[in-house]
Amino acid sequence: MSGLEIAGRSWESRLIVGTGGFRSLETMERALEASGTEIATVALRRVDPTAQGSVLDVVERLGLFLLPNTAGCYTARDAVRTARMAREALATDWVKLEVIGDDRTLFPDAVELLRAAEELVAEGFVVLPYTNDDPILARRLEEVGCAAVMPLGSPIGSGAGIRNPYNIQILVERAGVPVILDAGIGSASDAALAMELGCDGVLLASSVSRAKDPVGMAAAMRKAVEAGWEARQAGRIPRRLYAEASTSGD
Amino acid sequence: MRIELNGEPVELAACASVSQAVDALGADPARGLAVAVDGEVVPRSAWDATALREGQQVEVLHAVQGG
Repeated sequence: MSGLEIAGRSWESRLIVGTGGFRSLETMERALEASGTEIATVALRRVDPTAQGSVLDVVERLGLFLLPNTAGCYTARDAVRTARMAREALATDWVKLEVIGDDRTLFPDAVELLRAAEELVAEGFVVLPYTNDDPILARRLEEVGCAAVMPLGSPIGSGAGIRNPYNIQILVERAGVPVILDAGIGSASDAALAMELGCDGVLLASSVSRAKDPVGMAAAMRKAVEAGWEARQAGRIPRRLYAEASTSGD
Repeated sequence: MRIELNGEPVELAACASVSQAVDALGADPARGLAVAVDGEVVPRSAWDATALREGQQVEVLHAVQGG
């Protein structure tokens, strides 16, 4: 399986795992390992000196590429500030840009997102925006210089899978940057579908971290992303209304 | 001198530096920390040299599980 390439870097795994939602750092570590991921996302929050253990310790121990995100930001201004903080704290120019519109859907605020993306690209960040499944917005994000686009399948943590596979397909067809399906994955079949639709990768968190057996699910997701990718490369048969006999003379 | 440190009012010595505010929080400065004063990031290299003023809002953030 050839690798995932974003902004001149490449990884073998096409699965990116978020660190959110794990009940313990120990489970998180085992799940990240089982997933085969090479990239993990982290959030930035106020320091709590009483907290035990550190997510950074785990990410470092596993040798993962760190991708900070601007989770919890509702305005471009907040997201830009948070990204700058992440750059300072973690010595990286890479940022997963999240600018949320409301706290029930956690859908991105397209207007603020685009504004933040443009600003951050101008400041030299490598911007991976969490976006919706609108191919026009994806094009705009690409035009302002985002290194990839990350459309949601369904709301964050909803496990509802890919609500609009047709939009994702259109988005993929037109994208000139990598497309990473990000948010809403519920189980392995969703991850496989994302890859079969032509996505270059999948980002998931809750489907693994909140599963009954996160380590088991992580292993399943690894296989699902690989299977979906290989199926896509192998060229599926079309969907037909009628039968097409596989034995000649029928 | 009173400042707001991660949302809480805190008393520091007059002309305390950003470094001292980070210490006051009990944060481990060794890794993964970022500081903003009144919304502007202060790079680590400037922590010692940046003096705080009365009423400023200081945010000290670090990486946590998320995303």
